[in-house]
Amino acid sequence: MKKAIISGICILLPLVIWTAGCKKETIDPRTWEPVALNVPKGWPEPAYTFANNKLTWEGFTLGRKLFYDVRFSRDSTVSCGSCHQQFASFAHAGHDLSHGVDDRLGTRNSPSLANMAWHSSFFWDGGVNNLENQPINPIQNPLEMDLPITEAVNRIAADAVYKAHFKRAFGDETINSQRIFKAMAQFMGIMVSADSRYDKHERNETGGTFDTHEERGLTLFRQHCAACHKEPLFSDFSFRNNGLAPAIVMTDSGRARITGDMADMYKFKVPSLRNIAITQPYMHDGRVRTLEDAVEHYRTGVYATVTTDPLVKDGINLTDDDKKDIVAFLKTLTDSTFINNPLFAEPGQ
Amino acid sequence: MKKTIQTLFAALMVSAIMTSCEKKDPPSPDPVPEDGTGKVKLEFANKVGSSNLSLNDQSYVNEHGDTFKVSIFDYYITNVKLNGAKGTYTESESYHLIKQEDATSLSFDLSDVPYDTYTSVTLMIGVDSLRNVSGAQSGALDPAHGMFWTWSTGYIMVKMEGTSPQSGASNKGLIYHAAGFAGANATQRTVTLTFPTAITVSKSGDNHVHIDADVNAMFKSPNVIDFASHYTINSVGTNAKMLADNYANMLTVSYAGL
Repeated sequence: MKKAIISGICILLPLVIWTAGCKKETIDPRTWEPVALNVPKGWPEPAYTFANNKLTWEGFTLGRKLFYDVRFSRDSTVSCGSCHQQFASFAHAGHDLSHGVDDRLGTRNSPSLANMAWHSSFFWDGGVNNLENQPINPIQNPLEMDLPITEAVNRIAADAVYKAHFKRAFGDETINSQRIFKAMAQFMGIMVSADSRYDKHERNETGGTFDTHEERGLTLFRQHCAACHKEPLFSDFSFRNNGLAPAIVMTDSGRARITGDMADMYKFKVPSLRNIAITQPYMHDGRVRTLEDAVEHYRTGVYATVTTDPLVKDGINLTDDDKKDIVAFLKTLTDSTFINNPLFAEPGQ
Repeated sequence: MKKTIQTLFAALMVSAIMTSCEKKDPPSPDPVPEDGTGKVKLEFANKVGSSNLSLNDQSYVNEHGDTFKVSIFDYYITNVKLNGAKGTYTESESYHLIKQEDATSLSFDLSDVPYDTYTSVTLMIGVDSLRNVSGAQSGALDPAHGMFWTWSTGYIMVKMEGTSPQSGASNKGLIYHAAGFAGANATQRTVTLTFPTAITVSKSGDNHVHIDADVNAMFKSPNVIDFASHYTINSVGTNAKMLADNYANMLTVSYAGL
C-alpha cells in the first residue's frame, strides 16, 4: 500500500510540475477581462465591426502577443510594437522614417494606431482596405520586417505555446495566416482613444477645462482645419495633397500608386490628429518636426501642384497668435488613459 | 410422383422469389432519374498554342513573333457554375488556384452536382470583388500562395512570369501580375464555356470536363502584346485590363463526358 502511494506520487508529482510549468507559459498572467469595441458617444459606426471575427479575450490576448513578437521579422529584431509604441500612441517616437531589419530605412512615417476600427483604409496611400489585411504588408516589406508570410506562419506554428493560444482563441490548434491576422485585428481593433482633455471638454466632464488659448484654438481649428481633420476622429479619411513639395529624390506618388490615376498624384490619407502632440515628427515622410512647424506649413509653406487641395492651395491665413492657440488646442488631444492602458501594453515576459 | 411434385413446387417457389425480386428492382428506363447527385471533375491543361506548357525548358512564340519561356503560370478559377436543362448548379465556397508547377492543383471535383444534363460551365477567371474586401482569407485565398498584393490589397487574378530575348527589361524578364478588382480597374473576368457535347450527370459515373488554358491567349486578342514594350505589368489600370480582356479568351473546353 505504502509502495503504491509512493509510486503514485512519483508519477503524479512530475505531472503536476509539468502541468504547472506549462500553465506558466501558456496562460496570460493577467486574468480574464471582458473585451469589446466600445463606440464612444457621438462617434460614427466603425468600419471594422468584428462581424466575421468574434472578439474574445483569448483572441485579443493572442493578437497582442503576436503584435509584440519579434519573430515576424526575418532576423527576429523587430516587432509591430517596435515602430508602433504605446507611449507614442502607437506611432514611432522621434523617427521621421522607421528602420526595419538590417537598419533598412522605410519611405514613410509610422502612423499612430489609435481608433483603427474607424479607418476605411490603411497606410498613407490607403492601399489596404481591411484591418485584417494590414499586418501582412510590413511583415513582407523588405524595408520593414522582410519575412515571407509562409515563413512567419511556420515560425508561429512551430511554437507549442502558440498552439495552446490558438486552441483557446479559435477552438483548435490550426495556425494559418487568416487566424494570425484575425487575432491581430482583435487587438488593434479595440485600441480606442477617446479620453483626451478635448473629449472631456466635449462631454462637459471634470478635467475637461480649456484655458482661453485652447478655447480660441478649438474655434480656429473648426474654422480652418476641421474640414479635413473632421471631428470626432480628426480625419475624414479622404486622400488629399496638402501642399508638401514633392521630394526631389525618391518622389512618392502617394495615392496614385494605388489607383493608377494621375489625379491622385501626391495625395495621402488625411491623418487623424488624435494624440498628435506625442506622434512627432509629422507628414507622410516625417519631414516636419514640430506642431508649430506643421501649422506653419499651412500658413506659408504650401507648394502648389495640379493636385494640391483647393482648401490649402492658397495657404491658410493665420496670425502668430492664431498659430499658437491652434497648437495649444492640438495638445489637448493627448489621451493619457489610452497610452497608459495596460490592456494594450506588451505582456510581461 | 410425390418427388416430382415436390421438385415442381420447389422450382415454382424459386421462380416466384426470383420474379418478385426482379420486380422490386427493375432496370431504370430513364438515364436521368429525378433525384441524386454526381461528380464532375474539372481538369485543366495549360498550353501554349497547341503545345503543352512546360516550365523553364521550352521556347514558345507569341502572336507578335517574340520568343519566350515560361517560369510561372498560375490563375484563379472561382464561382464555378454548371448550366443544366433543369437548373444551374453553383459550387459553394468556389475558389481554386491553378498552379502549373503543382500537378495536384490542375483539377478539382464538383462533388454534389444534381442529376441533369449540362451544356456549359460558367466561371470566373480571378477572384470576385467581395473576397477582395473581406479581410483575411484561407484555403486557395490564403496570401501564402503568393497571389496577393500586400501593398494594395487584392488578389493577383492571373500570374505569368518568364523570359524573352525580346523583353525590354535589362534581365530579359517577363512579369505579368494581373490585379485590380474594383470598378473600371477590374481584371476578374466571367466566362461561359460551352461543352462540345452535353454531359449527363447520373449514376452511370463521374463526368470529366477538360479545359485548355492557352498562355498565348494572354498576348493575342483583342490586344496583341509585344514583349519589347510591355514586359512588366504589375499595377492596376490600362495594361492590366488589356491582359484581362485577353485572358478572358484563354479557356476552351476540349472534352466533356464520362
